[in-house]
Amino acid sequence: MSTAVDTSAAVPLPAEGDGTPLKKRLRRAERRRNLLFGALILPLALVVLVAFIWPIGSLLTIGVDNPEIHDNLPRTLAVLEDWNGSAPPDEAAFRALADELAAAKGSPAIAAIAKRLNRENAGYRSLVMKTARKLPLDAAVPAREALVAIDAQWGELATWQAIHRAGGALTPFYLLAAIDRAIDADGDIVAAPEDERIYVDVLLRTFWMSLIVTVCCLALGFPVAYLMASLSTRHSNMLMIFVLLPFWTSVLVRVAAWIVLLQNEGLVNRLLMWLGLTDSPLQLLFNRFGVYVAMVHILLPFMVLPLYSVMKGISPVYMRAALSLGCPPFRSFWKIYFPQTLPGIGAGGLLVFIMCMGYYITPALLGGPKEQMLSYFIAFYTNQTINWGMAAALSAVLLAATLLLYMVYARYLGPTRVKYMKAR
Amino acid sequence: MEAVHNSQAPHVSFRNVQKTYDGETLIVRDLNLDIRRGEFLTLLGPSGSGKTTCLMMLAGFETPTGGEIRLDGEVINRVPPYRRNIGMVFQNYALFPHMTVADNLRFPLRVRKLAANEVEARVKRALGMVQLEAFGNRYPQQLSGGQQQRIALARALVFDPQLVLMDEPLGALDKNLRERMQLEIKHIQQNLGITVVFVTHDQSEALTMSDRIAVFNHGVIQQIDAPEALYEYPTNSFVADFIGENNALDGTVVAVAGEECDVRLDCGTVLRARTGNVGAGGRARIAVRPERVQLAGEGEGANRLDATVRELIYLGDQIRLRVELAGKHEFTIKAPISQLDRSLRPGDAIRVGLDPAHTRALDVPAAH
Repeated sequence: MSTAVDTSAAVPLPAEGDGTPLKKRLRRAERRRNLLFGALILPLALVVLVAFIWPIGSLLTIGVDNPEIHDNLPRTLAVLEDWNGSAPPDEAAFRALADELAAAKGSPAIAAIAKRLNRENAGYRSLVMKTARKLPLDAAVPAREALVAIDAQWGELATWQAIHRAGGALTPFYLLAAIDRAIDADGDIVAAPEDERIYVDVLLRTFWMSLIVTVCCLALGFPVAYLMASLSTRHSNMLMIFVLLPFWTSVLVRVAAWIVLLQNEGLVNRLLMWLGLTDSPLQLLFNRFGVYVAMVHILLPFMVLPLYSVMKGISPVYMRAALSLGCPPFRSFWKIYFPQTLPGIGAGGLLVFIMCMGYYITPALLGGPKEQMLSYFIAFYTNQTINWGMAAALSAVLLAATLLLYMVYARYLGPTRVKYMKAR
Repeated sequence: MEAVHNSQAPHVSFRNVQKTYDGETLIVRDLNLDIRRGEFLTLLGPSGSGKTTCLMMLAGFETPTGGEIRLDGEVINRVPPYRRNIGMVFQNYALFPHMTVADNLRFPLRVRKLAANEVEARVKRALGMVQLEAFGNRYPQQLSGGQQQRIALARALVFDPQLVLMDEPLGALDKNLRERMQLEIKHIQQNLGITVVFVTHDQSEALTMSDRIAVFNHGVIQQIDAPEALYEYPTNSFVADFIGENNALDGTVVAVAGEECDVRLDCGTVLRARTGNVGAGGRARIAVRPERVQLAGEGEGANRLDATVRELIYLGDQIRLRVELAGKHEFTIKAPISQLDRSLRPGDAIRVGLDPAHTRALDVPAAH
């Protein structure tokens, strides 16, 4: 065969029969594949959107929603729009307010307005309700005089400032309250009154308790996972059943079982007294101890499973290699085996920690008031006081804290993980 | 090398070493083996023959059930592996995945608490030895199989052990790379003057690299010899079959005269052969290498046999003939192209000669 043609020069790719460039055909072929992939995840994506993202998103908007004044006193607010705010407004504003309050009278709207204004200044609830009772006004009398006659507070600047302030469609009020902050009469963000400052403490407590539970799970789960990874399959399967056993009963049943075990007349206390370790029953329930015990018990499998799966993938030959290189057994374990389990520790720790952060039923049943975590207050505002704004704001804080944590994890444990696992 | 050691004394010696895992079967039966200082010894055998177990006992990862292992004259049965100062290259390299290449090499030096500049100098030297100077900051997974293999070798050598064990280190490489690495490892071993114990089941690898080869089967060393002696003078049928290609013809020993004996094949022909592990009157298996079979015209006086050509296989540098001979259908002859009558066709009758010097009467292995 003769090869007289110079093949070293780049030859442009010839267009195929229909003249379509190669790149375009490649894109077309890939588009078809991408559509197929899209179709495969579409059902799940829809479910996530409808059952997860949309409800959570709409709930979170409740945390900044502020409809009471905005929806019920639109004309008053329209008049106040041009108001300079340095002195009580003119007659038009009084008239609009009187008309709108009269219209709202007898409907739930008046209660909503009263409740909302009361949050700006305690005492405005009775002001609104008292005024509403005496409405509507005589059209002949100027509204200003009539309202001031009902209550002198209508003549004060602060009252109108409060209405103006509460009139926005959105409010940071709940979110600020969720981090123990409030807006004062001047519109500045200040620390909330001392007796209302609880949520930062609750959030810190939530973090702290989650951390303790995670550390306990790690301390208890690591040796178990290590044992399972080093045993023969038959024995490790047996252990695995014991690890998974708690999953077969409901959380509620397990919590109830702990109550039976840990109560003053329970098995644990009787055993301790029988052994002579204590004279009177120890308080094991309705305090931190009981909550920790039950939460560690419930969450342990979530630590063991990721650890086990990572450890199972670590060949025992690494330890042998370390020994052959002159490294004593414990140091070999620490320097060679342990670092390779870090992805498992990270995954298990993150899983347990995040689950702890949202834990509700166990502290609610086994803990005292000092053990309640953030989700207890979310449930409290949702079920007891029907304060959806506060519930949504606390949820937002919890969600933000969790996401922040995940980002920290991805930043500090993710890359090292990627660095040496990438090429696997 | 440390001068204090008597170069005549064995570097490692196994004395009556036994090993069993289940208390019923002995993986290693009764091992007696002296490994000379500075030699390249290969433990060769099929899987399950006990060769890897021997290596692991020497490394300290397995404890002998009986007998003793001496290193430089000291019994090391109870010395833990990390105190033995033996380098080891593992089958799948066992490079630490969470450390860079350089950190992998630093590891044994830091464990030994060497000064930082000494550590760096040695790491650099070791990387240079395997020609991977530029790869210190990579992670093992970013290297090719051959590069990982070299790093594993460098790591086993970086702390200057006098004895290095290798457990099928080339098994995962492709053929070309494997052959190159065989020579490379051999040269490094010769330059450093270290003792290497190498485990493989690949006989050509063993022949290429070794000063001596110990052939294992069923937990017993069948023969230990230099590659050439092992190939040319196998002492039993297992070794003859395991190393290289072998033609076998069964018969009975009719007479033994010193180094040679006469064997009557089952077809009636009497052949003269070198006496192996057989005695007069016993069954014997004639072993002859395909390339030692002479084609008509050469070697007058040798054993002569009639054969029928069944198949000719052209291999470029040589031709393989499958012939029918002495009632046996699978008898192979290798001949250089230049020496072969190219007019041969399947079905042709030829005469072949078996030189008694290269024909051995060995045992008939028990059927398994």
